[in-house]
Amino acid sequence: MKQVITKKNKIVTMEEALEHISDGCTLMYGGFGGVGTPPTLVQGILDKGIKELTLIGNDTGFPDIGIGRLVTAERAKKVIASHIGSNPNAGKLMTEGKLQVEFSPQGTLAERIRAGGVGLGGIFVDVGIGTIAEEGKDKIVIEGKEYLVETALTAEVSIVHAKKADSLGNLVYDKTACNFNPLVAMAGAFTIAEVEEIVPAGELDPECIATPGIYVDMVIPTKGVNWKWAWQ
Amino acid sequence: MAVDVRNRIAKRAAKEIHDGLIVNLGIGIPTLVADHIPQDMHVLFHAENGVLGTGPSPEPGKEDPALCNAGGFPITTVMGASYFDSATAFGMIRKGYIDITILGALEVSEKGDLANWIVPGKRVPGMGGAMELAQKAKKVIVLMNHVNKQGESKILKTCTLPLTARESVDLIITDMAVMEVTEEGLVLKEVMAPYTVDDVIRNTEASLKIHAAVSTIE
Repeated sequence: MKQVITKKNKIVTMEEALEHISDGCTLMYGGFGGVGTPPTLVQGILDKGIKELTLIGNDTGFPDIGIGRLVTAERAKKVIASHIGSNPNAGKLMTEGKLQVEFSPQGTLAERIRAGGVGLGGIFVDVGIGTIAEEGKDKIVIEGKEYLVETALTAEVSIVHAKKADSLGNLVYDKTACNFNPLVAMAGAFTIAEVEEIVPAGELDPECIATPGIYVDMVIPTKGVNWKWAWQ
Repeated sequence: MAVDVRNRIAKRAAKEIHDGLIVNLGIGIPTLVADHIPQDMHVLFHAENGVLGTGPSPEPGKEDPALCNAGGFPITTVMGASYFDSATAFGMIRKGYIDITILGALEVSEKGDLANWIVPGKRVPGMGGAMELAQKAKKVIVLMNHVNKQGESKILKTCTLPLTARESVDLIITDMAVMEVTEEGLVLKEVMAPYTVDDVIRNTEASLKIHAAVSTIE
Protein backbone atom coordinates (compact mmCIF):
# COMPACT_ATOMS: atom_id res chain seq x y z
CA MET A 1 0.00 0.00 0.00
CA LYS A 2 1.20 3.47 -0.79
CA GLN A 3 1.89 5.53 2.29
CA VAL A 4 0.54 9.07 2.28
CA ILE A 5 2.19 11.49 4.67
CA THR A 6 1.30 15.16 4.90
CA LYS A 7 4.57 16.96 4.85
CA LYS A 8 3.16 20.41 5.30
CA ASN A 9 5.26 22.31 7.78
CA LYS A 10 2.95 24.23 10.11
CA ILE A 11 5.63 26.21 11.89
CA VAL A 12 5.26 29.93 11.21
CA THR A 13 6.22 33.27 12.74
CA MET A 14 3.97 35.11 15.15
CA GLU A 15 3.35 37.79 12.49
CA GLU A 16 2.04 35.17 10.07
CA ALA A 17 -0.16 33.70 12.78
CA LEU A 18 -1.59 37.08 13.77
CA GLU A 19 -2.79 37.71 10.20
CA HIS A 20 -5.59 35.29 11.04
CA ILE A 21 -6.86 37.25 14.04
CA SER A 22 -8.77 40.41 13.22
CA ASP A 23 -10.99 43.01 14.89
CA GLY A 24 -14.36 41.63 15.91
CA CYS A 25 -13.36 38.00 15.65
CA THR A 26 -14.52 35.23 17.97
CA LEU A 27 -11.41 34.02 19.76
CA MET A 28 -11.32 30.93 21.92
CA TYR A 29 -8.38 30.46 24.28
CA GLY A 30 -6.95 27.77 26.53
CA GLY A 31 -5.87 28.39 30.10
CA PHE A 32 -7.03 28.35 33.69
CA GLY A 33 -6.17 31.47 35.68
CA GLY A 34 -3.57 32.17 32.98
CA VAL A 35 -1.87 28.77 33.38
CA GLY A 36 -1.83 27.37 29.85
CA THR A 37 -2.81 30.61 28.10
CA PRO A 38 -0.34 31.41 25.25
CA PRO A 39 1.58 34.50 26.43
CA THR A 40 3.28 35.43 23.15
CA LEU A 41 0.03 35.40 21.16
CA VAL A 42 -1.69 37.50 23.84
CA GLN A 43 1.17 40.00 23.62
CA GLY A 44 0.98 39.95 19.82
CA ILE A 45 -2.76 40.68 19.86
CA LEU A 46 -2.12 43.56 22.28
CA ASP A 47 0.73 45.00 20.21
CA LYS A 48 -1.21 44.75 16.95
CA GLY A 49 -4.13 46.64 18.47
CA ILE A 50 -6.71 43.95 17.69
CA LYS A 51 -10.01 44.84 19.34
CA GLU A 52 -13.77 44.13 19.63
CA LEU A 53 -13.03 40.48 20.33
CA THR A 54 -15.54 37.94 21.55
CA LEU A 55 -13.52 35.80 23.95
CA ILE A 56 -14.49 32.25 24.88
CA GLY A 57 -12.56 30.48 27.62
CA ASN A 58 -12.70 29.33 31.22
CA ASP A 59 -11.97 32.61 32.98
CA THR A 60 -10.65 36.12 32.45
CA GLY A 61 -7.31 35.42 34.14
CA PHE A 62 -5.91 38.06 36.44
CA PRO A 63 -5.59 41.79 35.55
CA ASP A 64 -2.09 41.34 34.10
CA ILE A 65 -2.02 37.56 33.58
CA GLY A 66 -3.20 35.47 30.65
CA ILE A 67 -6.21 36.57 28.64
CA GLY A 68 -6.86 39.06 31.47
CA ARG A 69 -4.41 41.41 29.77
CA LEU A 70 -6.72 41.71 26.74
CA VAL A 71 -9.72 42.27 29.01
CA THR A 72 -7.84 44.91 31.02
CA ALA A 73 -6.84 46.69 27.80
CA GLU A 74 -10.53 46.72 26.77
CA ARG A 75 -9.96 44.63 23.64
CA ALA A 76 -12.99 42.45 24.27
CA LYS A 77 -16.64 43.34 23.72
CA LYS A 78 -17.96 40.02 24.98
CA VAL A 79 -16.75 37.14 27.11
CA ILE A 80 -18.22 33.67 27.50
CA ALA A 81 -16.63 32.15 30.63
CA SER A 82 -17.34 30.37 33.89
CA HIS A 83 -15.53 32.79 36.16
CA ILE A 84 -14.32 36.40 36.06
CA GLY A 85 -13.74 36.90 39.80
CA SER A 86 -9.93 36.89 39.73
CA ASN A 87 -9.86 39.81 37.30
CA PRO A 88 -11.66 42.80 38.89
CA ASN A 89 -11.33 44.72 35.61
CA ALA A 90 -13.74 42.30 33.96
CA GLY A 91 -16.38 42.92 36.63
CA LYS A 92 -15.82 46.68 36.45
CA LEU A 93 -16.18 46.78 32.64
CA MET A 94 -19.27 44.59 32.86
CA THR A 95 -20.87 46.95 35.42
CA GLU A 96 -20.01 49.93 33.19
CA GLY A 97 -21.70 48.23 30.25
CA LYS A 98 -18.45 48.00 28.27
CA LEU A 99 -18.19 44.23 28.41
CA GLN A 100 -20.94 41.70 27.85
CA VAL A 101 -20.45 38.61 29.98
CA GLU A 102 -22.19 35.29 29.49
CA PHE A 103 -21.62 32.69 32.22
CA SER A 104 -21.61 28.96 31.76
CA PRO A 105 -20.89 26.45 34.57
CA GLN A 106 -17.30 25.30 34.12
CA GLY A 107 -17.98 21.67 33.26
CA THR A 108 -20.81 22.67 30.94
CA LEU A 109 -18.52 25.21 29.25
CA ALA A 110 -15.85 22.55 28.73
CA GLU A 111 -18.39 20.17 27.16
CA ARG A 112 -19.93 22.91 24.99
CA ILE A 113 -16.47 23.64 23.61
CA ARG A 114 -15.74 19.95 23.19
CA ALA A 115 -19.09 19.53 21.41
CA GLY A 116 -18.16 22.35 19.04
CA GLY A 117 -14.86 20.62 18.37
CA VAL A 118 -16.30 17.21 17.61
CA GLY A 119 -19.17 18.18 15.35
CA LEU A 120 -22.06 18.06 17.81
CA GLY A 121 -24.83 20.64 18.01
CA GLY A 122 -24.92 20.66 21.79
CA ILE A 123 -25.19 18.57 24.91
CA PHE A 124 -27.80 17.66 27.54
CA VAL A 125 -26.82 18.53 31.12
CA ASP A 126 -28.73 18.64 34.41
CA VAL A 127 -26.24 21.00 36.07
CA GLY A 128 -27.84 24.36 36.85
CA ILE A 129 -31.45 23.16 36.84
CA GLY A 130 -33.35 25.12 39.47
CA THR A 131 -30.98 28.09 39.20
CA ILE A 132 -30.81 31.16 36.96
CA ALA A 133 -28.34 29.20 34.80
CA GLU A 134 -31.35 27.48 33.21
CA GLU A 135 -32.95 30.73 32.02
CA GLY A 136 -33.59 30.90 28.29
CA LYS A 137 -32.55 27.31 27.69
CA ASP A 138 -34.62 24.53 26.20
CA LYS A 139 -35.26 21.46 28.32
CA ILE A 140 -35.51 17.86 27.30
CA VAL A 141 -36.70 14.80 29.21
CA ILE A 142 -34.73 11.60 28.68
CA GLU A 143 -35.92 8.45 30.46
CA GLY A 144 -37.85 10.57 32.92
CA LYS A 145 -35.01 12.88 33.82
CA GLU A 146 -34.88 16.54 32.89
CA TYR A 147 -31.84 18.07 31.17
CA LEU A 148 -30.92 21.50 29.83
CA VAL A 149 -30.03 21.74 26.16
CA GLU A 150 -26.65 23.47 26.09
CA THR A 151 -25.49 24.59 22.67
CA ALA A 152 -22.06 23.85 21.22
CA LEU A 153 -19.45 26.58 21.06
CA THR A 154 -17.05 27.16 18.17
CA ALA A 155 -14.72 30.01 17.27
CA GLU A 156 -13.22 31.62 14.21
CA VAL A 157 -9.81 31.28 15.80
CA SER A 158 -8.54 29.22 18.73
CA ILE A 159 -5.26 29.91 20.50
CA VAL A 160 -3.66 27.25 22.69
CA HIS A 161 -0.46 26.75 24.65
CA ALA A 162 1.32 23.41 24.63
CA LYS A 163 4.60 22.01 25.86
CA LYS A 164 5.70 20.43 22.60
CA ALA A 165 4.66 20.35 18.97
CA ASP A 166 6.06 18.67 15.92
CA SER A 167 6.04 20.22 12.46
CA LEU A 168 2.67 18.56 11.73
CA GLY A 169 1.04 20.34 14.65
CA ASN A 170 0.71 17.33 16.95
CA LEU A 171 0.60 18.66 20.52
CA VAL A 172 1.68 17.46 23.95
CA TYR A 173 0.60 19.43 27.03
CA ASP A 174 2.20 20.06 30.41
CA LYS A 175 0.47 18.98 33.66
CA THR A 176 -2.28 21.42 34.73
CA ALA A 177 -1.40 23.75 31.84
CA CYS A 178 -3.47 21.33 29.74
CA ASN A 179 -6.93 22.25 31.15
CA PHE A 180 -9.14 23.69 28.34
CA ASN A 181 -6.42 23.60 25.66
CA PRO A 182 -7.19 20.28 23.92
CA LEU A 183 -10.90 21.17 23.80
CA VAL A 184 -10.24 24.69 22.53
CA ALA A 185 -7.79 23.35 19.92
CA MET A 186 -10.60 21.25 18.40
CA ALA A 187 -13.28 23.96 18.43
CA GLY A 188 -11.55 26.62 16.38
CA ALA A 189 -12.13 26.94 12.63
CA PHE A 190 -8.48 28.02 12.62
CA THR A 191 -6.21 26.93 15.46
CA ILE A 192 -2.87 28.42 16.43
CA ALA A 193 -0.64 26.65 18.93
CA GLU A 194 2.12 28.41 20.85
CA VAL A 195 4.64 25.91 22.17
CA GLU A 196 7.70 25.63 24.37
CA GLU A 197 9.53 23.20 22.11
CA ILE A 198 9.25 22.24 18.43
CA VAL A 199 10.53 18.87 17.25
CA PRO A 200 10.64 17.24 13.79
CA ALA A 201 7.68 15.10 12.74
CA GLY A 202 8.06 11.59 14.06
CA GLU A 203 9.83 12.52 17.26
CA LEU A 204 6.74 12.68 19.48
CA ASP A 205 5.50 9.40 20.88
CA PRO A 206 2.10 8.94 19.18
CA GLU A 207 0.74 7.56 22.49
CA CYS A 208 1.45 10.90 24.19
CA ILE A 209 -0.11 13.22 21.62
CA ALA A 210 -3.17 14.85 23.20
CA THR A 211 -4.15 16.97 20.21
CA PRO A 212 -3.66 15.39 16.79
CA GLY A 213 -2.13 17.82 14.32
CA ILE A 214 -5.22 17.70 12.11
CA TYR A 215 -6.79 20.23 14.50
CA VAL A 216 -3.83 22.59 14.40
CA ASP A 217 -3.25 25.01 11.52
CA MET A 218 -0.20 26.90 12.73
CA VAL A 219 2.50 26.50 15.35
CA ILE A 220 4.65 29.29 16.76
CA PRO A 221 7.47 29.11 19.29
CA THR A 222 6.73 30.83 22.60
CA LYS A 223 8.82 33.68 23.94
CA GLY A 224 7.78 32.58 27.42
CA VAL A 225 5.54 34.03 30.08
CA ASN A 226 5.98 37.80 30.35
CA TRP A 227 3.89 38.34 33.46
CA LYS A 228 4.42 37.68 37.15
CA TRP A 229 2.23 34.96 38.66
CA ALA A 230 0.00 35.83 41.62
CA TRP A 231 2.16 33.64 43.89
CA GLN A 232 5.47 35.22 42.86
CA MET B 1 -11.51 36.12 59.90
CA ALA B 2 -8.54 35.51 62.22
CA VAL B 3 -6.05 32.83 61.20
CA ASP B 4 -6.73 30.69 64.30
CA VAL B 5 -10.48 30.77 63.65
CA ARG B 6 -9.95 29.77 60.01
CA ASN B 7 -7.73 26.91 61.09
CA ARG B 8 -10.20 25.79 63.71
CA ILE B 9 -12.95 25.56 61.07
CA ALA B 10 -10.58 23.74 58.71
CA LYS B 11 -9.55 21.31 61.46
CA ARG B 12 -13.17 20.46 62.22
CA ALA B 13 -13.89 19.95 58.50
CA ALA B 14 -10.90 17.60 58.23
CA LYS B 15 -12.63 15.23 60.66
CA GLU B 16 -15.22 14.52 57.95
CA ILE B 17 -12.55 13.08 55.68
CA HIS B 18 -11.78 9.39 55.89
CA ASP B 19 -9.35 6.97 54.36
CA GLY B 20 -9.89 6.28 50.66
CA LEU B 21 -12.09 9.28 49.86
CA ILE B 22 -11.81 11.60 46.86
CA VAL B 23 -12.09 15.21 47.96
CA ASN B 24 -12.30 18.56 46.17
CA LEU B 25 -11.32 21.64 48.17
CA GLY B 26 -12.48 25.12 47.21
CA ILE B 27 -10.52 28.35 47.53
CA GLY B 28 -10.06 30.08 50.91
CA ILE B 29 -10.60 28.25 54.22
CA PRO B 30 -11.33 24.94 52.39
CA THR B 31 -7.73 24.95 51.07
CA LEU B 32 -6.50 24.81 54.70
CA VAL B 33 -8.34 21.54 55.32
CA ALA B 34 -5.53 19.55 53.65
CA ASP B 35 -3.12 20.69 56.39
CA HIS B 36 -5.24 18.92 59.01
CA ILE B 37 -5.40 15.48 57.39
CA PRO B 38 -3.27 12.82 59.16
CA GLN B 39 -0.12 12.02 57.16
CA ASP B 40 -0.89 8.30 56.98
CA MET B 41 -4.44 8.76 55.68
CA HIS B 42 -4.86 7.95 51.99
CA VAL B 43 -7.01 10.68 50.48
CA LEU B 44 -6.99 11.75 46.81
CA PHE B 45 -7.51 15.47 46.37
CA HIS B 46 -9.15 16.45 43.09
CA ALA B 47 -8.49 19.85 41.55
CA GLU B 48 -10.92 20.78 38.77
CA ASN B 49 -8.18 22.37 36.67
CA GLY B 50 -7.02 18.87 35.85
CA VAL B 51 -5.29 16.84 38.53
CA LEU B 52 -6.27 13.99 40.82
CA GLY B 53 -3.80 13.52 43.65
CA THR B 54 -2.56 16.98 44.64
CA GLY B 55 0.10 17.18 47.35
CA PRO B 56 1.43 19.90 49.63
CA SER B 57 2.79 23.25 48.44
CA PRO B 58 6.30 22.97 46.96
CA GLU B 59 9.33 24.37 48.75
CA PRO B 60 10.11 27.98 47.79
CA GLY B 61 12.07 27.98 44.56
CA LYS B 62 10.69 24.62 43.44
CA GLU B 63 7.38 25.93 42.08
CA ASP B 64 6.35 24.74 38.61
CA PRO B 65 4.10 27.31 36.87
CA ALA B 66 2.49 24.43 34.94
CA LEU B 67 1.45 22.68 38.15
CA CYS B 68 -1.10 24.71 40.09
CA ASN B 69 -4.37 24.20 41.93
CA ALA B 70 -7.67 25.76 40.83
CA GLY B 71 -6.81 28.87 42.84
CA GLY B 72 -3.69 29.38 40.72
CA PHE B 73 -1.17 28.45 43.42
CA PRO B 74 1.71 26.01 42.92
CA ILE B 75 1.21 22.48 44.20
CA THR B 76 2.95 19.12 44.13
CA THR B 77 1.44 15.72 43.40
CA VAL B 78 1.33 12.48 45.37
CA MET B 79 2.25 9.02 44.14
CA GLY B 80 -0.43 7.76 41.74
CA ALA B 81 -1.56 11.22 40.67
CA SER B 82 -2.97 11.84 37.18
CA TYR B 83 -3.45 14.84 34.88
CA PHE B 84 -6.37 15.36 32.52
CA ASP B 85 -8.20 18.06 30.58
CA SER B 86 -11.15 20.11 31.89
CA ALA B 87 -13.80 17.93 30.22
CA THR B 88 -12.48 14.88 32.07
CA ALA B 89 -12.06 16.85 35.31
CA PHE B 90 -15.76 17.69 35.22
CA GLY B 91 -16.77 14.31 33.88
CA MET B 92 -15.47 12.89 37.16
CA ILE B 93 -17.53 15.40 39.12
CA ARG B 94 -20.71 14.97 37.09
CA LYS B 95 -20.53 11.19 37.23
CA GLY B 96 -20.41 11.36 41.03
CA TYR B 97 -16.83 10.33 41.79
CA ILE B 98 -16.21 13.17 44.24
CA ASP B 99 -17.00 11.92 47.75
CA ILE B 100 -16.72 15.28 49.49
CA THR B 101 -16.54 18.85 48.25
CA ILE B 102 -15.71 21.59 50.72
CA LEU B 103 -16.50 25.15 49.67
CA GLY B 104 -17.36 28.63 50.86
CA ALA B 105 -20.79 30.28 50.72
CA LEU B 106 -22.59 33.61 50.81
CA GLU B 107 -25.85 32.06 52.04
CA VAL B 108 -27.15 28.59 52.89
CA SER B 109 -30.80 27.76 53.51
CA GLU B 110 -32.13 25.35 56.12
CA LYS B 111 -32.98 22.98 53.25
CA GLY B 112 -29.38 23.02 52.07
CA ASP B 113 -29.80 25.45 49.16
CA LEU B 114 -26.43 27.04 48.39
CA ALA B 115 -25.75 30.59 47.12
CA ASN B 116 -22.10 31.40 46.45
CA TRP B 117 -21.57 32.83 42.98
CA ILE B 118 -23.34 36.15 42.49
CA VAL B 119 -24.56 39.23 44.31
CA PRO B 120 -26.57 40.82 41.50
CA GLY B 121 -25.42 44.33 40.66
CA LYS B 122 -22.57 44.18 43.16
CA ARG B 123 -20.23 41.25 42.86
CA VAL B 124 -20.49 38.89 39.94
CA PRO B 125 -17.52 36.51 39.96
CA GLY B 126 -19.32 33.69 38.15
CA MET B 127 -20.01 30.14 39.24
CA GLY B 128 -16.78 28.56 38.05
CA GLY B 129 -17.10 24.88 38.88
CA ALA B 130 -19.29 25.36 41.96
CA MET B 131 -22.57 24.28 40.34
CA GLU B 132 -21.18 20.90 39.29
CA LEU B 133 -19.44 20.34 42.62
CA ALA B 134 -22.42 21.34 44.77
CA GLN B 135 -24.93 19.43 42.70
CA LYS B 136 -22.90 16.27 42.12
CA ALA B 137 -20.52 15.62 45.02
CA LYS B 138 -21.81 12.92 47.37
CA LYS B 139 -21.32 15.19 50.39
CA VAL B 140 -21.21 18.99 50.35
CA ILE B 141 -19.62 20.78 53.29
CA VAL B 142 -19.80 24.57 53.56
CA LEU B 143 -17.19 26.49 55.57
CA MET B 144 -17.99 30.13 56.25
CA ASN B 145 -18.56 32.91 58.75
CA HIS B 146 -21.82 32.46 60.61
CA VAL B 147 -22.84 36.08 59.95
CA ASN B 148 -22.01 38.57 57.18
CA LYS B 149 -20.16 41.87 57.55
CA GLN B 150 -23.41 43.55 58.62
CA GLY B 151 -23.80 40.97 61.40
CA GLU B 152 -26.73 39.26 59.65
CA SER B 153 -27.17 35.50 59.60
CA LYS B 154 -25.86 33.74 56.48
CA ILE B 155 -27.95 30.71 57.38
CA LEU B 156 -31.49 31.47 56.27
CA LYS B 157 -34.94 29.97 55.95
CA THR B 158 -34.73 30.80 52.24
CA CYS B 159 -31.74 32.17 50.32
CA THR B 160 -32.15 35.71 48.99
CA LEU B 161 -29.32 35.44 46.42
CA PRO B 162 -29.46 33.42 43.17
CA LEU B 163 -28.66 29.80 43.91
CA THR B 164 -25.66 27.72 42.98
CA ALA B 165 -27.55 24.48 43.64
CA ARG B 166 -30.78 23.44 45.35
CA GLU B 167 -30.89 21.19 48.42
CA SER B 168 -27.25 20.29 48.06
CA VAL B 169 -25.48 21.20 51.32
CA ASP B 170 -25.07 18.43 53.91
CA LEU B 171 -22.99 20.09 56.63
CA ILE B 172 -22.29 23.71 57.60
CA ILE B 173 -19.24 24.56 59.71
CA THR B 174 -18.90 28.18 60.84
CA ASP B 175 -16.89 30.13 63.42
CA MET B 176 -19.82 29.51 65.82
CA ALA B 177 -21.25 26.09 65.12
CA VAL B 178 -21.55 22.82 63.22
CA MET B 179 -24.98 22.18 61.70
CA GLU B 180 -26.27 19.28 59.68
CA VAL B 181 -28.98 19.51 57.04
CA THR B 182 -31.38 16.61 57.66
CA GLU B 183 -34.81 15.63 56.36
CA GLU B 184 -36.21 16.90 59.64
CA GLY B 185 -34.50 20.28 59.20
CA LEU B 186 -31.28 21.98 60.20
CA VAL B 187 -29.77 20.41 63.31
CA LEU B 188 -27.29 22.16 65.59
CA LYS B 189 -24.78 19.50 66.62
CA GLU B 190 -21.73 21.33 67.93
CA VAL B 191 -20.86 24.82 69.10
CA MET B 192 -17.44 26.43 68.90
CA ALA B 193 -16.30 27.82 72.27
CA PRO B 194 -16.79 30.47 73.57
CA TYR B 195 -20.15 30.55 71.78
CA THR B 196 -23.16 28.94 73.41
CA VAL B 197 -26.27 27.31 71.96
CA ASP B 198 -28.14 30.55 72.69
CA ASP B 199 -25.54 32.59 70.79
CA VAL B 200 -25.97 30.33 67.78
CA ILE B 201 -29.78 30.48 67.88
CA ARG B 202 -29.67 34.28 68.20
CA ASN B 203 -27.39 34.56 65.15
CA THR B 204 -29.26 32.11 62.94
CA GLU B 205 -32.28 33.20 60.92
CA ALA B 206 -33.10 29.63 59.86
CA SER B 207 -35.07 27.36 62.18
CA LEU B 208 -32.63 25.28 64.19
CA LYS B 209 -33.32 21.94 65.81
CA ILE B 210 -31.04 21.43 68.77
CA HIS B 211 -29.40 18.02 68.90
CA ALA B 212 -30.03 16.15 72.17
CA ALA B 213 -26.33 16.14 72.95
CA VAL B 214 -24.73 19.29 71.56
CA SER B 215 -21.00 19.13 72.10
CA THR B 216 -18.59 22.01 72.43
CA ILE B 217 -15.41 22.37 70.38
CA GLU B 218 -12.83 23.96 72.66
